[in-house]
Amino acid sequence: MSFKKRPDGRDFDDLRPMEAKAGVIKSADGSAMFKIGKTVAFATVRGPRELFPRFLKNPKKGILRIYYQMMPFSGVGDRIRPGPNRRAKEISMVTEKSLSEVMLLEEFPNSVIDVFIDIPQADAGTRCAGISAAAIALADAGIPMKELVAAVAVGRVDDKLVVDLDYAEEAYEDGPVADVPIAVTSRSNKISLLQMDGEVDKDQMMELLKKAKIACAKINEVQKKALKDKYEVQK
Amino acid sequence: MILNQEMKQHIIDSLKKGVRFDGRKNDDFREVNVEYDVAPSAEGSARVTIGDTIVLAGVKLGLEKPYPDTPDSGMLMVNAEFMPMASPEFESGPPSIASIELARVVDRGIRESGAIDVKKLCIEAGEKAWSVGIDVITINDGGNLMDAAALAALAALKATKFPKVKKDGSIDYKEKTKDSLPLVKEPISVTAHLIGDQILVDPSVEEEQSSDARITAAALDDKTICALQKGGERALSEEEIDQMLTLSLKKAAELRKRL
Amino acid sequence: MTESKLLIKDKQIVVPGEELAQGMDYLPSTGSYRDANSIVSQLLGLVRIDGKVIKIVPLTGQYMPKRNDVVVAQVSDVTYSAWSLKTFSPYQAMLSMKEATSEYIEKGADLTKFYGIGDYVVVKITNVTSQKLIDVTMKGPGLRKLRKGRIIKVNSNKVPRIIGKQGSMVGIVKQHTLTQITVGQNGIVWIYGEDPKMENLAETAIRKIEAESHTDGLTGKIEEWLQTEVKK
Repeated sequence: MSFKKRPDGRDFDDLRPMEAKAGVIKSADGSAMFKIGKTVAFATVRGPRELFPRFLKNPKKGILRIYYQMMPFSGVGDRIRPGPNRRAKEISMVTEKSLSEVMLLEEFPNSVIDVFIDIPQADAGTRCAGISAAAIALADAGIPMKELVAAVAVGRVDDKLVVDLDYAEEAYEDGPVADVPIAVTSRSNKISLLQMDGEVDKDQMMELLKKAKIACAKINEVQKKALKDKYEVQK
Repeated sequence: MILNQEMKQHIIDSLKKGVRFDGRKNDDFREVNVEYDVAPSAEGSARVTIGDTIVLAGVKLGLEKPYPDTPDSGMLMVNAEFMPMASPEFESGPPSIASIELARVVDRGIRESGAIDVKKLCIEAGEKAWSVGIDVITINDGGNLMDAAALAALAALKATKFPKVKKDGSIDYKEKTKDSLPLVKEPISVTAHLIGDQILVDPSVEEEQSSDARITAAALDDKTICALQKGGERALSEEEIDQMLTLSLKKAAELRKRL
Repeated sequence: MTESKLLIKDKQIVVPGEELAQGMDYLPSTGSYRDANSIVSQLLGLVRIDGKVIKIVPLTGQYMPKRNDVVVAQVSDVTYSAWSLKTFSPYQAMLSMKEATSEYIEKGADLTKFYGIGDYVVVKITNVTSQKLIDVTMKGPGLRKLRKGRIIKVNSNKVPRIIGKQGSMVGIVKQHTLTQITVGQNGIVWIYGEDPKMENLAETAIRKIEAESHTDGLTGKIEEWLQTEVKK
């Protein structure tokens, strides 16, 4: 068997169509919507603000807290129970790690920046869409960052290496599948999120990293445009 | 902004002189927009915006065993929550009492009104029936989440299509049929607020803080009232209730045209 | 050694991580940093090039307390000897009994009689420590408790434009709408007008200045706009 054609007709290295917008939630300090294919993520930034409980405070710099959550109706199939489960907590944690290195939070000792990532619609790649949205929202909140971060799931479907898997590809049954969410920093081009479900050999893995970098550079262009568009309009 | 007593009084004084802070008349809504099928993974969905307020509602359908006390009826569940994304005042964690009230009021408007003919959701008495789960998510609180949530829930129900049922009795969620829910009534909720001696609809966040009492009334197109909830500290006179209901009914008829 | 070159224009909008210039001739300033041979932005903002110095003027972001700033704050807690104030920044400020009023306060007095929780006050920041402990005073001209009126929040980065040179911009709004206005450096604005319609107009004017802050000749434009609006 071999995987010849992607279900939606894309080339193996193609991302799904993307759309991004900054400042979608008026009461927030910063916010963004990032859409890739049918997957949509909202990111809402509140802060830097006072941190409670006090013992969590870091006197050297502000801290970043992520709350990832899927909306109950976001998936095809059964309703998802609202509230934090183990999966949501782990994704929140890896999202935080994927962003924390680029954040310049020394100006904000003892404070916290809360980022709420909410997924109204899921067709695979929600943690990556969440990271791409969060980076836009953090910049929109005026928080200093060395650079932006973009993320995409690359992987393997049978004998092919593919970029930006959708749900149908993740669920491919006629051969091995690997799902590899990767986040890449926009300027230094480093990997700040790396997870994997499935099976690949090391050469395939290194090839996937290259593909993820190219894809994330494209996502970064969409992120930049979203931020500039919001303020160009005002100009 | 969180107002103190003096600032609230200033809103009341201004209303007394016939002026709302954003220049609207007491019976003016901000711009209302309803958009359908905003979350295609749900069986039905809608986004409602009222001014800066944004609410999303989604409907999920499932097949379950009916409750023992109503073996010939389908199940209906309404959930609504103040999400931390919507306002700096909303915390994450267990739902606040305000959040629970929102869910209950939306639920009452839909369930108690008999908007859905639950008997028609039954496939096999005592064995199998459709369950309808409505989730309302607040995206941005710019005031009047209550009316926005109720409108979004109804709009999402209207847009809902049953998924295909496979031969083995399981659901094929990827394929939607053309069949809509047995929606027999379409209740629309409008909340009238009493602030000082003024009655108004569609409050801003600051007006909500200044509100002495409110009545949320869900009404059908023949003006039948099918659910009510009074909120706020002040007790109301008959005359005040009369005026508030009159205004609610009038505005409900206008909102209905937005669907 | 490669030649130094600019990659952006003055007043262009840039995002974090965007390369602004190459070569050692250019110098980073507020909102930008050096990364090997490059100058890079660390903020979403407008580029300002001053000779060889490249800085970023932020378009958005929280207010950060600075010494000598006058801000509008809200009482969040009252202790036995001081008031905690919400400053609409990441940090609370402390108003001590000594700095709160020139009146004599007896030991053990009920401090809520002076300022209660929820009250808005105009205060001046007297000290900001490295750990962002903030001291404020109410002794000085214009520093006071705010009575009835409305409180609105604007983008604190736009406050200099709203105030204008020597208060010229806000002065025009006050003069045409016959209102009292206090603009805190933290973006909290208090407005009071005898005529509520005029108070509405004053808020609209401030929102307009906030939205059009980049426009040249804004003072004249706003004055003209107010003159026609007042007649309506």
